[in-house]
This record gives sequence, C-alpha cells and structure tokens, in this order.
Amino acid sequence: MTELACTPGQTVGPFFGLALPYPRGTGVVDDAHPEAVRLHGTVYDGAGQGVPDALVELWQPDGAGRIPRVSGSLRRDGAGFTGFGRAATDADGCYGFTTVTPGSARTPAAPFFAITVFARGLLNRLFTRAYLPDGDLDTDPLLASVDAGRRATLVCVAESASGRPIYRFDIHLQGPNETVFLAYRDDRR
Amino acid sequence: MKAAPGSFASQGDIAAEIAAIAAEYQRTRGPVGQDVQPRLDYPPYRSSALRHPKHPLVSVDPEEVERCAPCFGHRDVDPLDADLTAGHPGEPIGERIILAGRVLDESGRPVAGQLIEIWQANAGGRYRHHLDQHPAPLDPNFRGAGRCLTGPDGTYRFLTIKPGPYPWRNHRNAWRPAHIHFSVFGTAFTQRLVTQMYFPGDPLFDLDPIFQSVVDRAARERLIARYEHDLTEPEYATGYRWDIVLSGARRTWTEL
Repeated sequence: MTELACTPGQTVGPFFGLALPYPRGTGVVDDAHPEAVRLHGTVYDGAGQGVPDALVELWQPDGAGRIPRVSGSLRRDGAGFTGFGRAATDADGCYGFTTVTPGSARTPAAPFFAITVFARGLLNRLFTRAYLPDGDLDTDPLLASVDAGRRATLVCVAESASGRPIYRFDIHLQGPNETVFLAYRDDRR
Repeated sequence: MKAAPGSFASQGDIAAEIAAIAAEYQRTRGPVGQDVQPRLDYPPYRSSALRHPKHPLVSVDPEEVERCAPCFGHRDVDPLDADLTAGHPGEPIGERIILAGRVLDESGRPVAGQLIEIWQANAGGRYRHHLDQHPAPLDPNFRGAGRCLTGPDGTYRFLTIKPGPYPWRNHRNAWRPAHIHFSVFGTAFTQRLVTQMYFPGDPLFDLDPIFQSVVDRAARERLIARYEHDLTEPEYATGYRWDIVLSGARRTWTEL
C-alpha cells in the first residue's frame, strides 16, 4: 500500500490559550461523582522551574477498563464518560484533573493515564504514561524495559487525603528526573 | 515573558546556526532523509534549550487505550465554529481566505469525524491573547479561533482571514512567517498532532528557527499550504489547500 509522508509537528507556541482550553476541560467527571479522584502535578523545565505555558492532555479508560466511545468532551453535560481532558498549566506550571481511576480489562494489569504534553519551547508533543502506584507494575512490558533509575518517573505518587484518592504526576521535560517519554511502534496487528 | 538566553543574537547569527545544522544534516543524511519531525533540541529556537528531553524516546507497543482516540461529535462542535469571520458585529479586516483539505493516515485512508482546532493572529499579526504585546491593533471583529469535524472523506474547511507575520523575542528583530496553528486528532491516541500551517512563498521561511527545526526540506515543505484557484469564491475569498497526514496507527474503528 502506498505510504504517504506524514505532516511534521510544530510547537504549540505561547498563544494556545485562546483556542485549546475550554470550560470544564479539566473535569473529566464532576466533583460530585462518587468515584472522583484527583490527578495533578507540575510540568518542570531543565532548570527545575515550573512551565507556565504548557498544556497537558489526558486520555484514559473508565474505571472498568472500557475505552470510552462517547463524544461531548468539549461541552460536558455529565452524560457519559468521555475519557478525555485538557489542562493548561498555571503560572507555577501546575495542572490538575478531576477524573476516575483508570481500570483495566486484563489481569494482571498495570493501568495508567495516557498523557500528552505540549509547551512553548517544545517543538513537538511528547507522550508518556502515568501508571497507578498500586498496579501490577512488575508485569508491565514498558516498565520492565525502562532503566530502573527512571521507572519512578512513570508512576503516580499516591498522596494521603481523607477520602478522595489523589495522584501526583510531575512531568520533567529535562533534568535529573527527566520523565520517560514514548515513541509508539507502528500498530500492525 | 522572560527574555530567553541569546535574546541579543542577531538574525545573521541565527541564520548561521540554522545553516550549520542544515549543512550537517545534508552531509550525514543526504538530501532526502528520515528526519520528518522537528528536532526537539534545536538551539536556534532559544526556548527549546531547557524544554527538550535529553534521553531518547523509549519505544513501546501501544496498549489498547493508545490504539483508540477520544471521540468528538456534533455535541462538541457547532458548524458555525468553522467560520472565523463570523460571530462579531462586523467583518474582520484582512484578506478573506477559504482553507480546506483532508486529514489522512499514512495509508491514505481518511480520518473521518475527528476534531480539528485552529488558532491564529489577525491580519496585523496580533493574537487576541494577554501575552501578545506586539503593538499592532486588535481587531474587534476577529477572535482567531475555530473548530470543525472532518467529513466522512476526511475533509475539513474553514473560512478565515490571512494572518500577518509578527515579531517575537527569540533574537533581535525576529519575525515569524505567517501561519495558522492546527490541533488534530486521529483514530489513535498515538496520532495526536499539533502543528503550524504556512503560506506559500513566505520570505521569512529561511529566517525562522521554528519552521527550520524540521531539518528535512521535503518534510518542512509539507507544512506549506498551496494556493488553489478552484477553492476560491468569486468576489469573496481566495483559497488554500492543505492536506494533513497523521503518522502511526494502522487500524480504523471499523476494524476494532
């Protein structure tokens, strides 16, 4: 089959705020949802400074591991779980989502939040995974292939709180704790 | 915005850095190469210095969730969102253009029913954004953001005005070529693309480190739309065509 040459990426630039963030973009579920959890963190540059003009996108299965097929992320009306969220970082580089814990249809399983990062100064988007800390991490092919010293950059930190689970996932674009970013192999199955 | 290191480089300094990287690429990879994406570490773009990973990307087989993409539909997008000249009391200033094309995967299959978002400066080169300090006028009749869903054959169409070039602070007297930002989803999470579309014949191409960060010439030229007279509307708007090809993913929804 003829292979077309792909269109290169370019930086999201400094002015995406006029188009990409949208109302309730960070609220994949409502705060009142009985299974609501918090996923938050900071995007850091190579000097350890928060990146105030980054954009983080979230994509995930629902709590049972089902892949959402529901539209309506841009105009949420509470009907159905779309699995998609978008958060611009604040002046300190912080982002946050209200969502549910991703499930997995498999056992053993290491569920994760799929994350895309964009920023001014970052010439193409970066993909990563934010694994749940209580998953079967030893069984995961990616985690097994990653240098032990870098594995923790792919795993959320569970923060203690009364009631609602909170996961922290900091993203280091560069530096001693640089996050593991991914290149997907072609899916030819 | 904090001045980046190297703010005081001249355009000549930046052009020399760009030329040196291009020459090194030609020498080591030949005229047609595989470097189809921008270099994340591209020193002429000063802001990339602290914002690119130094470790290589880790190759991974996509999991099920990554082989799928978020769904968008008519709940998300109003057909009027594709007309950036509408929604205000008057017409925006500038050259009215129709911008159309198709979103395809690498096998040439259309990406149907997916979300495209665009944003851009006005005709004077000014963004409606609090961080844009360029002393060009804002246009009360132009916001500069639009959305649409691709059709069953992957087509999209926007009506807007041609953006102007604008100054930025990468180096002294730096100007970006006129461009429109595009955000595109595919049928898989792995295909996510944010990029910039340029206009043919822009004299600023050779001077711009963001455009030149795609070091392969053929790949870089895929960011340039082409003028297409058949897209124009008589007495109303000129037309540009730009097709988008998303990398990765070999399956479509129907094959799941």
